[in-house]
Amino acid sequence: MDDRRATPPTALPAAGVRAASIDIYAPQWRNFIFVAPFLFFFTMLLLVPLFWGMWLSFHKADTFSSGNFVGFGNYIRLFHDKVFLQSVWNTFYFVLLTVPTLALIGLFLALCLNRRTRTAAVLRTLFFSSSVLSVTIVTLIWRIVFIPNVGLLSTIYGWFGATAPAFISDPSLAMIGIAIATVWWCIGLPMMLFLSALQQIPQDIYEAAALDNANRWQTLRSITLPSIKRTFVLVVIVQIVLQFQLFGQAWLMTRGGPNNLTKPIVLYIYDTAFRRWDLGMGAAASEVLFILILMAAMAQYLVTRSKAGQA
Amino acid sequence: MTADIEIRNVSKHFGAMTVLDDLSLFIKAREFIVFLGPSGCGKSTLLRMIAGLETVDTGEIAINNERIDHLPPGKRGIAMVFQSYALYPHMSVRDNMAFGLENIGMPRDLIDARIKESARILEMEHLLERKPGQLSGGQRQRVAIGRAIVKEPKAFLFDEPLSNLDAALRTRTRIELAQLHQRLQSTMIFVTHDQVEAMTLADRIVVMNNRKIEQIGSPMEIYDRPATKFVAGFVGAPAMNFVEAMLDRSSRNATARFADGIAVQTEIASDQTIDGKYTFGIRSEDVRIVPAGQGNADGVVDVLERLGERTLVYARLGDGQQIVGSDAGNSRVAVGDKVGLAFDGRKSHLFGETGRAWHAREV
Repeated sequence: MDDRRATPPTALPAAGVRAASIDIYAPQWRNFIFVAPFLFFFTMLLLVPLFWGMWLSFHKADTFSSGNFVGFGNYIRLFHDKVFLQSVWNTFYFVLLTVPTLALIGLFLALCLNRRTRTAAVLRTLFFSSSVLSVTIVTLIWRIVFIPNVGLLSTIYGWFGATAPAFISDPSLAMIGIAIATVWWCIGLPMMLFLSALQQIPQDIYEAAALDNANRWQTLRSITLPSIKRTFVLVVIVQIVLQFQLFGQAWLMTRGGPNNLTKPIVLYIYDTAFRRWDLGMGAAASEVLFILILMAAMAQYLVTRSKAGQA
Repeated sequence: MTADIEIRNVSKHFGAMTVLDDLSLFIKAREFIVFLGPSGCGKSTLLRMIAGLETVDTGEIAINNERIDHLPPGKRGIAMVFQSYALYPHMSVRDNMAFGLENIGMPRDLIDARIKESARILEMEHLLERKPGQLSGGQRQRVAIGRAIVKEPKAFLFDEPLSNLDAALRTRTRIELAQLHQRLQSTMIFVTHDQVEAMTLADRIVVMNNRKIEQIGSPMEIYDRPATKFVAGFVGAPAMNFVEAMLDRSSRNATARFADGIAVQTEIASDQTIDGKYTFGIRSEDVRIVPAGQGNADGVVDVLERLGERTLVYARLGDGQQIVGSDAGNSRVAVGDKVGLAFDGRKSHLFGETGRAWHAREV
């Protein structure tokens, strides 16, 4: 214990040397240059068009001039346009058809495929593989299925001497046809989100449930579903945001027909702005869609925030 | 309600790997049994087989003479407390406790009465409406035990339930578990790798190693008369001193001779021993520190551990072998000192090449 004597007395800092401690979390202005490139493109490609679109929606504009301020004129014309109202209804109808189906089938697939067998792994890949296809390929495939007389569906119905439902031309079935193609195309993401949620449930609470005499149904209802409740809400909201933007499938499968019954808002915007060159009204329709999607996104924000708050 | 548990010739394999090899064990009703062993010795697997969370490859498990190894976990009449507690995170404490009872269709008023009673026993009435996420580690532990108690099981299984608690809480919970056992008079099986938990809680300890049971006995039997060298080395802190030794069996009691000529007169009957190489074993508290030249051997002090009530002295013999001895708490020995080591022959052990142990005659 003699070594303590050997230690020199604590040295005082030499005069002129400031022993300042550094706050490594303090903001440094030079760090700004690292985000500047991103900020530039974010501003130019997202913020400017966003506000330009808003500005346009209050003006009478075509390709050659964006002139007179018309106030809410474009919006008033919009809400008097039966085709627009039809397209809003179509979009809601499409969201209603696809989102619950995607959530429920995605959940069902995830529950079935959440196991460590080779078959499950192959099937997971298979179900996800449709998501990587482009919308052109997807609609091509489903046109081949749906096409009257020679399509896959017609052929199968033909074996039983029946006539296939006309998913592309029948006014009451056309949107359902687009929804079927969309569900087939988009099922991968919900399934993967549900799978990752299911895999995060600790195994031991299933063991505790087994010791608690829970049968399969009780385990599903009382353990599994409550554990993935937030993922379910997340999937629903993400899908609402995505499916509100329906365009490619409707454009490529039915061109919005028959009789505008499958024309979604985005297709209406495209028609108005780039085929009739009524940019002001197209911009106004875009703002309506923007608000609809914004509401869904806000809902997602609130849900994820309350999740963080509870954790 | 309590029950005896019998395990008969049970084996378990995971693929080509044997995890448990032909184990048999009888656990008496109301007994507190601890499975003690290092990681990977199969103790948790054995517990999970009793619970029904692992299948039994060969052999039988019976509770009160009724085979249960083919029954699903819920039908075995046992309750388990998991290392991670495994509480249902989205349910309140009350619902966590009620879940198992609701699943068997128990009337609501009976469920409420049971929850009330076990909450009273565990002093957690004020926690009933909280979710597990709002509880501390110790409180979650209590809830996990409460969830087991409400089931009034034939036996309680504990899978390392104290390992996630801090040291102070672990000691307190250990004492509470002992009291709980006194009060409930239930059969309890407790898995741990912590020998202090095993020594303090168990009526009998089952020491397991390498797929097999090494020894079954009361804590003091295990400590004083370990059946094998593994048990001797695993139980007790610091670990027992082991020294390679030759045996002089010419007199009534065997004398152990170390390589550098040190001799220790044991009280182990010569005629019980067999020819062959031996390992001499002695616990640190049976090696007294005496002035140099006055003990069986001399050593130089390497390290001192002052535990308060005693001082552990790590001394190095002439041939480099380290021996841990014990001195008074206020020992004046210093690192580098030359000290004498006096081995207590009555407390010496001998271990044969197979690990089998010989002990002094019982008094």
